[in-house]
Amino acid sequence: MKQVTMSIDGKEVKAKEGMTILQAAMEVGIKIPTLCYDDRLASYGACRLCSVEIKKGERSRIVASCVYPVEEGLVVETESPRVQKIRKVILELLRARSPGLKEELAERYEVDKTRLDRDATFCILCGLCVRYCAEVKGANVLGFVGRGTERQVVFFPDIAFKTCPTCKECFNICPTGVIPSDFAVNVPRFEKQPTVFPVRLRDEQNLREFIKKIE
Amino acid sequence: MAKRIGSLDDMEQLRKRIVSGIDPNKTMVTICGGTGCQAYGSDKVFQAFTEEVKRQGVDVEVGVKATGCHGFCERGVVIVILPEEICYLRVRVEDVPEIVSETLVQHKVIERLTYEDPQTGEKSVKESDIPFYKHQSRIVFGKNRFIDPKSIDDYIAIGGYEALAKALCQMTPEQVMDEVKKANIRGRGGGGFPAAVKWQTTRSSPSDVKYVIVNCDEGDPGAYMDRSLMEGNPHSVLEGLTIGAYAIGAHKGFVYVRQEYPLATENTICAIEKAEEYGFLGKNIMNSGFDFTVEVERGAGAFVSGESSALMSAIEGRVGEPRPKYIRTSVSGIWGKPSNLNNVETWANVPLVISKGADWYTSIGTEGSKGTKIFSLVGKVNNTGLVEVPMGTTLREIIYDIGGGILNGKKFKAVQTGGPSGGCIPEQFLDKPVDFDELSKVGAMMGSGGMIVMDEDNCMVDVARYFVNFLSDESCGKCVPCREGLRHYHKILERIVSGEGRESDIELLQDLSDVIKDASLCALGQTAPNPVLTTIQYFRDEYEAHIKERRCPAKVCKDLISFYIEPDKCKACMICLRNCPVGAISGDKGLIHVIDQGKCTKCGTCLDLCPTRFNAVTKLSGEPVPPPPLKREVTREKGSEQ
Ligand SMILES: Cc1cc2nc3c(=O)[nH]c(=O)nc-3n(C[C@H](O)[C@H](O)[C@H](O)COP(=O)(O)O)c2cc1C
Ligand code: SF4
Ligand code: FES
Repeated sequence: MKQVTMSIDGKEVKAKEGMTILQAAMEVGIKIPTLCYDDRLASYGACRLCSVEIKKGERSRIVASCVYPVEEGLVVETESPRVQKIRKVILELLRARSPGLKEELAERYEVDKTRLDRDATFCILCGLCVRYCAEVKGANVLGFVGRGTERQVVFFPDIAFKTCPTCKECFNICPTGVIPSDFAVNVPRFEKQPTVFPVRLRDEQNLREFIKKIE
Repeated sequence: MAKRIGSLDDMEQLRKRIVSGIDPNKTMVTICGGTGCQAYGSDKVFQAFTEEVKRQGVDVEVGVKATGCHGFCERGVVIVILPEEICYLRVRVEDVPEIVSETLVQHKVIERLTYEDPQTGEKSVKESDIPFYKHQSRIVFGKNRFIDPKSIDDYIAIGGYEALAKALCQMTPEQVMDEVKKANIRGRGGGGFPAAVKWQTTRSSPSDVKYVIVNCDEGDPGAYMDRSLMEGNPHSVLEGLTIGAYAIGAHKGFVYVRQEYPLATENTICAIEKAEEYGFLGKNIMNSGFDFTVEVERGAGAFVSGESSALMSAIEGRVGEPRPKYIRTSVSGIWGKPSNLNNVETWANVPLVISKGADWYTSIGTEGSKGTKIFSLVGKVNNTGLVEVPMGTTLREIIYDIGGGILNGKKFKAVQTGGPSGGCIPEQFLDKPVDFDELSKVGAMMGSGGMIVMDEDNCMVDVARYFVNFLSDESCGKCVPCREGLRHYHKILERIVSGEGRESDIELLQDLSDVIKDASLCALGQTAPNPVLTTIQYFRDEYEAHIKERRCPAKVCKDLISFYIEPDKCKACMICLRNCPVGAISGDKGLIHVIDQGKCTKCGTCLDLCPTRFNAVTKLSGEPVPPPPLKREVTREKGSEQ
């Protein structure tokens, strides 16, 4: 494998071609915040928390480090002012959906708590559960439906009622921690009605129960 | 079975044979068969002509032909009678007998069907004299009107497939590449990326299998230039695609047509079959040893599936969702193979460059943007339709000379260019030349060619809200900045137009914009802030009026306006009172009418119906509605109207 030499936060870093910036940084102990990344899964590049600024000659631009491949001579800054602003606003957007998410990071980036109206549905569509279920378990119990701001995670009841009771591996993978209550409410129901139609992961009822529990 | 064309000579002979069969002096009625005119019944008009010519036993020979779109769709059905080039607009079946007896037999012009200038009242008989057409240069789009899209011979008669013959029989792929590079064709799909650079990347990517693709997904609301080209002149796109494939070294092509374009699909499939018969597609094309086949793919029906990586996923049969493409699709696209994607119009420019040469091509346009661009001119202008002009034409020329100025003599406010994620350009920039670079400098973009003209009755906050709405429905929803950013954009704009805006909202919108622009995964998100940022930049006062004064200056936003009947103008005619759908108007014969603001749903019926000679209903915004007059009886002045 070819090696490339590049600079991350002023440090000269050698990395193997084909690696991502995130992996190269991790190898030398530079921590880049992530959310939708999991080393067991293919990079997804959706949360954009891992954004970094890269410079090639005069031009600088923002890329997601979990998907951007290393390149010879690349200059990377993982905490430039532009990057910090992005993380701050992305965390703000995420926490409007999922209050309490990534508490430590929120403090580090001084995330504003009040500017955005809250709309707590907890799911932030990072796709970790969906991808874990598909890529690691090969079960495909979960999926996405809808587009744009209507996008949602759904169960497929006909597979869920058979597979989920003995697996439950996604319980620890969800960054918002709400999946167990979704299961407690839904999966027993599916046994009675294992339809092929997708069912929303989170309905009003389990949302209320979840909020009761954390409060 | 048509004869397979094996050489330049064959090609030339074929063209001569076709042309010799056409009598240039024969009367030919060309009827636009584009989707716009079809909606006005062009099929029926076509049929009526065929029957009427027979019925009246016209003794001169008359041909009737359905052609591609002429661009003036608003005035459909458009017909042009050749060779005199008499152009009739808004033709209906009822007009056909008269056209046959008057114009075809007696060569008399029917005034009422010709173009009349809304300002000067001047009539134009010839198509090329109509201001809408006169100021255009339709080098790409203009061929539509001479050909029946289902007839390959029509296309060949006007020089079609000569560029392909020249490229394959006389040029090496390298020479084709050089010519396209010299011509500096830039992508018409929105980005303006140099086609030759993209072609070269795919060409030099090591792989046996490579693909070339036509992007006919065209999802911008109101835009239909790609549809009209694909429907009206599919061969020009296929010819360009084949030349490109030859230069790149691809043997398989796809035309990706959105679901909503059945006629484009039909005509493309028909064109592929006809081209195969002549051997312009298939194995060993024109005995050059080059093989190339094309397949039509139906689109998934989402705006975002027009984005390159999403489109390629869709062709593979997966969800049409963008993916991070730090490895470009030109290197790794469909099934991981190098895949070169270009827009319909980009491909249609290629044959021109090959047959007329890069020197001719680069003589049109500006320093950085060569050739012409087709725009879909809509909104508050007198002439709407498809407009092709050299790059560098100013906005003013497009809107006033071609578009005929603002509707009903109103005042121009802004022009929105570049599709839903373009920007709104105010009056001070009307003299900007339109090309890939100039509009970007003022925060908008040329994009794929949408052009929506707005007048003083458009509320710019409401306009921003409309585009944000569109984008939040059409974003794929995968990445956080775009999905969640648009969600909040939408909420903030909704509250501003409903009078609930907060003082900090403008700054919040700007703050979100920076991040949506920088951090979104694909170009949909990266450009989504444009409508918001440009309206704030150029029309900040309108935002502030909504937020600080709860006033909508254009009197559009329903929550901020009231309908009011001016007592001294009301003649108590009962029209509004009878027609108000919620019965909110009180009064009687001889009693001044008054709107109950609590009941009014702001549907505007009263304003629309109040006779213009009274003009008693107005909209108020940012001011209280005056209390009802104490004296409700109408005072009748002597000699005043009833
Ligand atoms: C959200 C989105 C939608 C797009 N839709 C279209 C489209 O409908 N047609 C098109 O030609 N290009 C569209 N594009 C641009 C394509 O990604 C691509 O750049 C283009 O087809 C390349 O062709 P060109 O270089 O000839 O313009 C879209 C891009 C984005 C981000
Ligand atoms: S920018 Fe928008 S459309 Fe593009 S990937 Fe992100 S969510 Fe999807
Ligand atoms: S961790 Fe890279 S985009 Fe989510």
